[in-house]
Amino acid sequence: MVMVNLILILLVGGVLALLSERLDENMPRKVALGVVVVDLLYFLNHLLAMPELNQLQAPLASDPSTWLMHFRADWIPAFGVSIELALDGISMLMVLLTLVLGAVAVSASWTDVTVRRGFFEANLLWTLAGVLGVFMALDLFLFFLFWEVMLIPMYFLIAIWGHENRGYAAMKFFIFTQASGLLMLVSILTLVAVNHSATGQWSFSYFALLNTPMAETTAHWLMVGFFIAFVVKLPVFPFHTWLPDAHTQAPTAGSVILAGILLKTGAYGLIRFAVPLFPDAAMDFSYVAMVLGAAGVVYGAVLAFAQTDFKRLIAYSSVSHMGFVLLGVYAWNELALQGAVMQMVAHGFSTAALFMIAGSLQERLHTRDMREMGGLWHYMPRMGAVAMFFVVASLGLPGLGNFVAEFLVLLGLFKVDPWMTAIAALGLITGAAYSLLLMQRSFQGEPNPKLADHGLIDFGGREMLTMAVMMVALIGLGIYPQPVLDLAQPVLQSLLEVTP
Amino acid sequence: MLELIWLIPLIPLCSSLLLMLTAGRLPRLLIGYLGVGSVGIAALLTLAAGIHFMANPEPFELTLWTWMQVGNFAPGVAFYFDGLTLVMMSVITGVGFLIHLFSTEFMEKDTSYARYFAYLNMFVAAMLILVMADNLLLLYLGWEGVGVCSYLLVGFWYQNSANGQSARKAFIVTRIGDTAMALGLFLLFTELGTLDIQGMVAMANETWQVGDSIPLIACLLLLGGAVGKSAQLPLHTWLPDAMAGPTPVSALIHAATMVTAGVYLIARTHGLFLLAPTAMMVVAIIGIATSLMAAFTALMQSDIKRILAYSTISQIGYMFLALGVGAWTAGIFHLMTHAFFKALLFLGSGAIIHCLHHEHNIFKMGGLRRKMPVTFWSFMIGSAALAALPMTSGFFSKDQILLEAYQLPGMGPWLWLGGLLGALLTAIYSFRLVFVVFFGKANTEPDRDTGWRMAVPLTVLCALSLIGGYFIIPVEAVFPAASGEHPAHWVEYVSISVPLIGLLLAYLIFHSRQLRVDGLVGSRVGQLLRRFWFSGWGIDWLYDRLFVRPYYELSGMLKSEPVDVIYGLIVAINQTLNQWLSEAQTGRMRWYIASMVFGLVVLISLALQISPEVL
Repeated sequence: MVMVNLILILLVGGVLALLSERLDENMPRKVALGVVVVDLLYFLNHLLAMPELNQLQAPLASDPSTWLMHFRADWIPAFGVSIELALDGISMLMVLLTLVLGAVAVSASWTDVTVRRGFFEANLLWTLAGVLGVFMALDLFLFFLFWEVMLIPMYFLIAIWGHENRGYAAMKFFIFTQASGLLMLVSILTLVAVNHSATGQWSFSYFALLNTPMAETTAHWLMVGFFIAFVVKLPVFPFHTWLPDAHTQAPTAGSVILAGILLKTGAYGLIRFAVPLFPDAAMDFSYVAMVLGAAGVVYGAVLAFAQTDFKRLIAYSSVSHMGFVLLGVYAWNELALQGAVMQMVAHGFSTAALFMIAGSLQERLHTRDMREMGGLWHYMPRMGAVAMFFVVASLGLPGLGNFVAEFLVLLGLFKVDPWMTAIAALGLITGAAYSLLLMQRSFQGEPNPKLADHGLIDFGGREMLTMAVMMVALIGLGIYPQPVLDLAQPVLQSLLEVTP
Repeated sequence: MLELIWLIPLIPLCSSLLLMLTAGRLPRLLIGYLGVGSVGIAALLTLAAGIHFMANPEPFELTLWTWMQVGNFAPGVAFYFDGLTLVMMSVITGVGFLIHLFSTEFMEKDTSYARYFAYLNMFVAAMLILVMADNLLLLYLGWEGVGVCSYLLVGFWYQNSANGQSARKAFIVTRIGDTAMALGLFLLFTELGTLDIQGMVAMANETWQVGDSIPLIACLLLLGGAVGKSAQLPLHTWLPDAMAGPTPVSALIHAATMVTAGVYLIARTHGLFLLAPTAMMVVAIIGIATSLMAAFTALMQSDIKRILAYSTISQIGYMFLALGVGAWTAGIFHLMTHAFFKALLFLGSGAIIHCLHHEHNIFKMGGLRRKMPVTFWSFMIGSAALAALPMTSGFFSKDQILLEAYQLPGMGPWLWLGGLLGALLTAIYSFRLVFVVFFGKANTEPDRDTGWRMAVPLTVLCALSLIGGYFIIPVEAVFPAASGEHPAHWVEYVSISVPLIGLLLAYLIFHSRQLRVDGLVGSRVGQLLRRFWFSGWGIDWLYDRLFVRPYYELSGMLKSEPVDVIYGLIVAINQTLNQWLSEAQTGRMRWYIASMVFGLVVLISLALQISPEVL
């Protein structure tokens, strides 16, 4: 029931935020922050009370009771659709990440939203609810439902509160996700039908659908359906083109959630569904996936280097970083998978922070064009120092979380394919090139006196507190990543047993 | 006592964090005390650790915690302390302390005083971690950490874009090497199952034979990292540009410590390199080639810091030569003496720049001998040691390298000859600098002389540069013993006399002007060579054409996102179809009825075609 409540709090909280605008126009953001924090505390409170956390066991596919949490209630029994939620170490991490970054997102848009603020916060909370559902649902019908639920409010966030080209970006985002989601739906329905013909029972439950016997070709096609839906979301070259537009045009909170959390649903889907449901097919396909991953790492980095738009550069850096996740998942050994999970968490923080900085710049300068920036460190040293921290985090400085992630991915990948590793490692060099260029063009260089007219205000208490949370998180992940590794380890262990 | 060595990097690190968090709101005096004091305490602790170690010279291991554990991959945050570590730590904290003290005067007027010491302290901490790490992953942390600090300090005066350019160049060029090194780590772990240096070397010796291909590849990948960090061919191009940073930074990072990290890495993993004789040969050849290339270039420069930068590249070349011929102790010895005299020379040049309104061009200096006596003597002693004049510290270490190189079977005498040529050039360019800057007529008047905070470090480094050659470094347990044989006496005499000849030539050409080289320099070939050497053998130009511009062009070409064209095409097709179909929607009843009738006729005739019995 805890898991249901987690989602309900956000859904109801969204309605409250919407209504609260009638009381006072500054009310919705407070309500939203309160709701997310309450949700987070509620979750933590339950986690701390769980003795299992000290003695993690591998969550078995055959036995839901081995999971940290499991909830099941009938919904449409005739078709075997139920409300089935479950939580293991990886989903727990993702839920925590979602709630923390949710709070960051509210803080990031504290001042920059001026119209329909109630509806804005409501959409934010509903997106988060959808994301939580995606990370916890283990009924495939329910999973698909949540997949859609997180999409629609996000569409509104971009389309209503986005920047100059928001209509185009929102539509592109919607069509890419929707079209690929449709493929997944077809795959889900076919999988259920195949399972029905084999067992005579209708069921959408993950636990029932694992190990469904099917012909090799069927498995291949179904796997591709899932794969495309997830890699469009991740996103992976060449399905990534929605991302630079959506991330650039979205309001700050939207970018934070998109990059910080929504992309991770794609990675999560690959680890949870695309590989375990079709282990043989996925392994046959792994080389293709790794090629796409390595291509994404390099391609994203080269394009990031070419950008002049602050946000667009960060958006392309996500394409590059998510390439590592794909490589990690399809290298499919413990090192690489741990790296992929770590990358999901670390990239969540580092990119969310960079987008928040981008938002702050846009709010102050009314532009994202780096050609009009320069020397901002001089005017805003605190923001400059914070930006430097997250830039070196994102280029993989050891001692911060992103390094652990990329190192583990590459180390695991090396066992599988040294040459692919060498190509992906080019991302470390090109990553440094674009990251430092970002810093140079915006914060370093000669201070542009025209900028001083904007009355540039440095980061204040709210921003520094938000940033401090993410900095501490990245340092923690960088020098003592073990708690995260320990949470993921049993899950990965049982996943690795699924495949040949 | 040795249980407390973790404090040594921690103290500068904490000081750095404190300086960052207070963001310059502390009083200047306190900033100075924090910045200098933290490194001073680290130096004292190193001294104490050294005394303990010398009493009982056993390697000491200390694991603080397991950094991460995934399967059998479990690198620790763990330190390894032996004679080699001690030498490196002493150089870092000792020379580091002097340079910090010097900085308090050099950076006195700078508005970002706290930021400077925050970065510099951070650098010391990272460098200490690099040399104390007991496994290659933690070493890599220090390795990248010093890289970032170097980037931050080269670009310290960020308002000038050229400095930013140099800083990024330094970081990216070294990162190319670092990436090779990371691949080396992957290979070593995949093959041997550990990154713990001692365990790994032992395992390697059990697993592989001398001359196997995997240790060769692994060593070459590690060497990639080493040549990047230590500015050796082909990744040396960043170092001359890195002189954009404040001069004490150049002394600490780009002369005494960070750039010798590559030498340390190879020395630390020498057990691995001994399995790959080809890799050792490559190290020696890179060393001698770099050393000569940089020496010729140094001879042509007019910027005082660039002369010293190329000289550093050249001297590290000697260290690589030493490593390549298996003269491990001599290589590390030269690392130490070089740290003394090169830090001295850089600080001396810093003093000149400080007192001469930021003048860098040696031909605009001159006659400084009387006006800046401390600096003059610093340069005299530093240059003598750099040129390896007898009885200076540089003499002992360089002589040792040349003699051991000579004894290498096969290529030995050739390497020795190359080294001699380098020594000759070194003596010429170092005394060219001294004669041009300190003798002759004054071109720029200094507006002050050095204060005590500059004079003290200079004096101490003078003393070290003179007597450093008599130090005995405690590394006999770390490296395999040298052969102990001595080459013929004439070899030694030649090695000693070559620097003296260089000094004499420099005197004749640049001071007494009895030897006229104008004709030689003025000739067509002379001009060409001069330009070629001045530009650093055109290597920057070459890289610009080969890598930098193509990368810019590639990214510029892709900027419009070719992949999106495909999706654009899908959209365009849909829109066209939509247009065509909406043409049909005219809103006129006649048109609808007519098309319905037409459609009906077509359908009926089709139906009749297919099955006539329908009607």
